Amino acid sequence: MAETAQMKVSDEVAITIQNMNKWYGAFHVLRDINLTVYQGERIVICGPSGSGKSTLIRCINALEEHQQGKIEVDGTVLSNDLKNIDKIRSEVGMCFQHFNLFPHLTILENCTLAPIWVRKTPKKEAEETAMHFLEKVKIPEQADKYPGQLSGGQQQRVAIARSLCMKPRIMLFDEPTSALDPEMIKEVLDTMIELAEEGMTMLCVTHEMGFARQVANRVIFMDQGQIVEQNEPEEFFNNPKSERTQLFLSQILGH
Amino acid sequence: MSDTHAQTVAFVRETTIPESPPPAAETGAIKWLRQNLFATPANSLLTVAALYVIWVVLSGSLPWIFGGLWTTTSLAECREILQGRTGACFSVLSERWNQLLYGFKYPADQYWRPNLAFLLLFFAAAPVLFFDLPRKMLIFTGLYPFLAYWLIWGGSLLVPIVALLGFLGGALVYQRFIKTSFAAGFFGGIAAAFVIWTVAGAIIPENASDNAMLSSVPSRDLGGFMLNMMLGVTCVSLSLPIGIALALGRQSDMPLIKWVCVVFIEFIRGVPLITLLFVASVMLSYFFPPESTVDLFLRVVIMITMFSSAYIAEVIRGGLAALPKGQYEGADSLGLDYPQAMQLIILPQALKISIPGIVNVAVGLFKDTTLVSVISMFDLVGMIRGPILASTEWNGVYWELLGFAALLFFVVCYGISQYSQWLERRLATDHR
Repeated sequence: MAETAQMKVSDEVAITIQNMNKWYGAFHVLRDINLTVYQGERIVICGPSGSGKSTLIRCINALEEHQQGKIEVDGTVLSNDLKNIDKIRSEVGMCFQHFNLFPHLTILENCTLAPIWVRKTPKKEAEETAMHFLEKVKIPEQADKYPGQLSGGQQQRVAIARSLCMKPRIMLFDEPTSALDPEMIKEVLDTMIELAEEGMTMLCVTHEMGFARQVANRVIFMDQGQIVEQNEPEEFFNNPKSERTQLFLSQILGH
Repeated sequence: MSDTHAQTVAFVRETTIPESPPPAAETGAIKWLRQNLFATPANSLLTVAALYVIWVVLSGSLPWIFGGLWTTTSLAECREILQGRTGACFSVLSERWNQLLYGFKYPADQYWRPNLAFLLLFFAAAPVLFFDLPRKMLIFTGLYPFLAYWLIWGGSLLVPIVALLGFLGGALVYQRFIKTSFAAGFFGGIAAAFVIWTVAGAIIPENASDNAMLSSVPSRDLGGFMLNMMLGVTCVSLSLPIGIALALGRQSDMPLIKWVCVVFIEFIRGVPLITLLFVASVMLSYFFPPESTVDLFLRVVIMITMFSSAYIAEVIRGGLAALPKGQYEGADSLGLDYPQAMQLIILPQALKISIPGIVNVAVGLFKDTTLVSVISMFDLVGMIRGPILASTEWNGVYWELLGFAALLFFVVCYGISQYSQWLERRLATDHR
């Protein structure tokens, strides 16, 4: 556990966000966000609901549009150019709170769809890759079932495998365990921990503070659309600087 | 509960209660009768009343049907033989059978042509309707419209070949330019098709149809149930893709496309089909160049297709709206572009949701093809109301003729409905 947290992170920049602002109508939802993520970093973003943490990571793969500032992912600047957006999306995997698996396709088809159509991988090769990642998330035996036949935890692991099949350089997690029963949270977190140990660059919005302590190299606390505090997990949890963070941590860890 | 277990609050179950069969009185035919037909006095009364109604209907209609005559040559002869006894005069069906099916002008020695086209329709439709069949059969489906056109209308084989070449040329240009930009591919393809049609159309000699393998049959000679089938099949298969395009266009982010689709849909839905058909028969020729004589059949197809595609578009829009936003985001997050996301993720699910609505429109459209009888096309209903009932032999044979028409339409519509239910079961993957 200690080793993972202190694992050497490369100097290669994965994501740069500069002076980014976003509004929903007149509501200023993200305010002057500046963030640099290095290759191999594992960042946990936490904060009260409505603080803009989901919106922030959804801006990174352009599921949400930002109005001001610059986002650069893996050397590609996010602009209105659809080609750039599709390029970034194919490099950045994303897992959603509600999995968003495609219910009309089998688990295997869910996993091979994007490699075949976006990466133009031959079908057989795509299926081998998919089975490899399904084994990794420990559900190869479900490959021919439909998402509706799986439990929530299994579905989320399929969603992770589906993203991994695109061989992404960065993974975004948008509250991946919030819609799950307590018993299933662990199986998803275990998968994510395994992924982190392999050196995947991860940005994770979550309320799982145990997970943050164990795998994150950096914890970011957001409130009212701003980054209020960021630090290494030990410091962040044991010695929060801002009053708002202290209040949040006392509420979330208090019971 | 706390009262009953007041003394045994700390309760631990150590054995599982074994499963046991239901009480014997819960099974059997008498049990079923009592439960479903004679459960309460009011229920029993309704059962008896329903049985009485069924008896009245059957006792009236069965002798009429089974006492029917099939071989007379006129209604008067029927009456003579029946001598006041109940019995239908089905002879009108057997005597006018060909007129009912093919209209009264289609050359009788050429009936095999529409028959063959009808038979081949099953082979053409099979791979579209049943997607477990080999995909190679779709090649025949693609060729079928041209083949069927040639079979039914006859004339020079060059006409359908040029039409086919135009589509192929357009598709080639589309494929070639779609990589650079969608607009270039789309409009380039359409332009290429028109160029081929104009150039090749000018080359076809005027008298090409004179000594053709199949003698030429003009559109006004088509009629009977054949005409209903032709209009129904053509318009349904054209209006589904157009409806999908309109539904997607209405959801488009591009204001121009969006408003064109909205105006089209709202305008067409706001006008009765009968009006559109009158426009087709009388006014549409004003919109074409003066010399061009656009076929009445084609004009009617255009109008019915526009009408039903507007309805289908709205049905599909409902399906699109029913999909959770997460499906769009899931597709986006994997890097699928818009056509891929629509083709692979959104439309398969939206269309599945829309099946009942689409079938509703298709069945309605098929029955609405009888409206062409008011613009003096002799479809099944037009034949019955016109030449057959107006003839001296069969003046007054309403039940038999209209019952026959109802039966034909029912068979087709019930078939469509059964297919759609099978399709819904086949596509069900949600395991609720």
